[in-house]
Amino acid sequence: MRGVFFVAALASVFAVGMICVFLLGSGIPTIKEIGVANFLLGTDWSPSNVPPSFGILPMIVGSIIVTFGAVVIGVPIGILSAVYLANSCPSRLYRFLKPGVDLLAGIPSVVYGFFGMAALVPLFDSSMLSASILLGIMILPTIITLSETSLRAVPGELYEGAVALGARHYRSVFGVVLPAAKSGVIAAVVLGLGRAIGETMAVIMVAGNQPRMPEGLLEGVRTMTANIVLEMGYASGIHRQALIATGATLFIFILLIDLSVPLITRGHSGSRLLRLLGRARKGAAT
Amino acid sequence: MTGMKIKENIMKWLVWASIALTAATLAFIVLFVVVKGLPYLKPSLFSLTYNSVNVSLTPALISTVILTALALVIAVPFGVFASIFLVEYAKRGSKIVKFIRAMSETLAGIPSIVFGLFGMLFFVTFLGFGFSVLSGALTLAIMVLPIVLRSSEEALLAVPDSLREGSLSLGAGKLRTIFKVVLPAAAPGIFGGVILSSGRVVGETAALIYTAGTVAQIPYSPLQSARTLSVHMYALSGESLHVGEGYATAIVLLVLVAVINVASSAILKRANRNRI
Amino acid sequence: MNCFSVKNLNLHYGEMHALIDIHFDMKYREITALIGPSGCGKSTFLRTLNRMNDLVEGCRVEGSVRLFDEDIYTMPDVSMLRKRVGMVFQKPNPFPMSVFDNVAYGPRTHGVRSRQELEMIVEKSLRDAAIWDEVKDRLKKPAMSLSGGQQQRLCIARALAVSPEVLLLDEPTSALDPLSTAKIEELLRELRSKYSVVIVTHNMQQAAHISDKTAFFLLGELVEQGDTKELFENPRDERTAEYISVKVSAPQAACAAPVDIPARLAG
Repeated sequence: MRGVFFVAALASVFAVGMICVFLLGSGIPTIKEIGVANFLLGTDWSPSNVPPSFGILPMIVGSIIVTFGAVVIGVPIGILSAVYLANSCPSRLYRFLKPGVDLLAGIPSVVYGFFGMAALVPLFDSSMLSASILLGIMILPTIITLSETSLRAVPGELYEGAVALGARHYRSVFGVVLPAAKSGVIAAVVLGLGRAIGETMAVIMVAGNQPRMPEGLLEGVRTMTANIVLEMGYASGIHRQALIATGATLFIFILLIDLSVPLITRGHSGSRLLRLLGRARKGAAT
Repeated sequence: MTGMKIKENIMKWLVWASIALTAATLAFIVLFVVVKGLPYLKPSLFSLTYNSVNVSLTPALISTVILTALALVIAVPFGVFASIFLVEYAKRGSKIVKFIRAMSETLAGIPSIVFGLFGMLFFVTFLGFGFSVLSGALTLAIMVLPIVLRSSEEALLAVPDSLREGSLSLGAGKLRTIFKVVLPAAAPGIFGGVILSSGRVVGETAALIYTAGTVAQIPYSPLQSARTLSVHMYALSGESLHVGEGYATAIVLLVLVAVINVASSAILKRANRNRI
Repeated sequence: MNCFSVKNLNLHYGEMHALIDIHFDMKYREITALIGPSGCGKSTFLRTLNRMNDLVEGCRVEGSVRLFDEDIYTMPDVSMLRKRVGMVFQKPNPFPMSVFDNVAYGPRTHGVRSRQELEMIVEKSLRDAAIWDEVKDRLKKPAMSLSGGQQQRLCIARALAVSPEVLLLDEPTSALDPLSTAKIEELLRELRSKYSVVIVTHNMQQAAHISDKTAFFLLGELVEQGDTKELFENPRDERTAEYISVKVSAPQAACAAPVDIPARLAG
């Protein structure tokens, strides 16, 4: 039976391996065929031109900008909300706020997309700004849940010590408790980043999706994820291959983000961080 | 001293403004969806068959249930058995445990569209399952595997060693101890994680469009294509005539997710209370 | 006849020499109490008697431990040994199942299937553990719903249900209130006519009260073993004398002592 359990344990290793094999195995030869520079640095995506052109730089830049925007919006609000929930929230209110945050995490991307289409697009058009705001909202629960967990893990003596020295409540929280929870909060941001860059459906519905270099906050933008979903339905041949290669590029981005976590939080307990990450992923999974 | 006081007040207002904004956003989204969708929440939306006039969500609802069940049936044994290996058999902190955990974390961080692409390449094309419930369920099973693994690992770790010792001291073997004592004790925690995963399956779209396809019918075989509620909503978003029905579907989806959330947190809470 | 006979027993946890050259004999149907300060090795020693230490990573055992002339460390089947040598732990550890299923767990493990037979065993074990009257109407209720003292007696019943030849008890009353403790002490005195018992205790009164023989451990060594009355009144070794005089004059300090060695289960 030990063997059976072991095989089951290897399933996730196997899955990651297969994803690498199929995605990279299919994507990397395509990138070579198109030309690494043409593909990654080309600014023209015209799959139906003769000859076609497959430059995904606009999408890469689009993904990065939109993600950055989401982080700028979602991280401060998320961390400050977590501070409230962990350190200042009366339990009567907490009973409503906590399930609320869980619900925010559970709302499907398409529902966010519908919301964005009707609430954000009329104000800001289908644009980078709409996408950033929507993604900023979508990463809120991830950041709140994980930051709250790590804030709560800080021993109460630290806060009491600061207060005993005469510091006021929020000064103690921001000066002592938040820095002590730093590694968890950083993990929260990284996780939010990963979620934002990988988000697909909601972005498609509000970003405009023009495959050109981003021109302004209120202009349309296409992300890597949107590129795949929008064109995969009818693509064939090298076009289809180029979309898979876009997926491979996204996958590599995600792997780089994953790998950066231990580097960013060096000096903090890596395994504890991983557990926190896992817990938050579980919490923010839906 | 007044400078300090002002700073303290600024910090206080920032924190309050943030939590108020978070709460308001949630309330706004829910209200918005409800207000927009309620007028379209008509009986015809629940008729048994879908056509371009009634855009019924019933086939999608049934497909959602089937796909969720199938994905969980595949993922749960793997996840639970893997956690048994990690907690009960492997040496704690050993290299293999760390490696498996790292891979599971990696899997958890992969965006759903990447799973969708993989599912399309592997299940749909390579294994020849086509756009089908089976391809979709297998793809989603891989996607929720790390959630099931993590939650059942935590549930197993929370079972006190005294129970294992008690069983072993009665002459029970390791397997019997695991299946008769440890797993029942961990069951609520594991179940909570499973419900949580079902929430993720229900909300998933990007991983399904190119694996399970988008056909709006009740699937009669695992090799037929079907769309879940989320995919159904996405399909409606492209048809300007039926965006209202899209919002109505969103209400159903929100209710489903809320129920799943409440159920999983209630189960997990009970699991924690029963801890010895 | 010697029930347990231990010779030249040495036990190492990694670098730590936890039991040093132990010689120990125990007669059939006798209660032996193991006493000594925390960390002296008495619980560790108890756990060598049914090989629970096998589960601890980095644990090495040398020497011979014989149960009725059979070396337990060369027995092919540990589960048979554990069936013959039952154990009750410091904290009650009922399984998350009904009272009935808890007691029936052992017999089922060893192949008893007939409902009738199981019912008989369960009733007899619960009676022997002096808890039958309290639980006979709620055999189907979860064991966790019992009080702490009842849970511990249930655990004793569970251990008795596989008809062990020896019963090992590891500070069975240290987590209980005085009333429950009294009940269990009374129960143990009744058990001595039927079972051979080894009990680890921090409570000198308890040792004096219920045991026939007492063994005093200090720093991994078995300092002295003998008739309980003799050992308490006329200890041969001055270390024993010192320990007993301190403990008897200040018995309260002895109550809540931690487990000697944290026994983390390993693969």
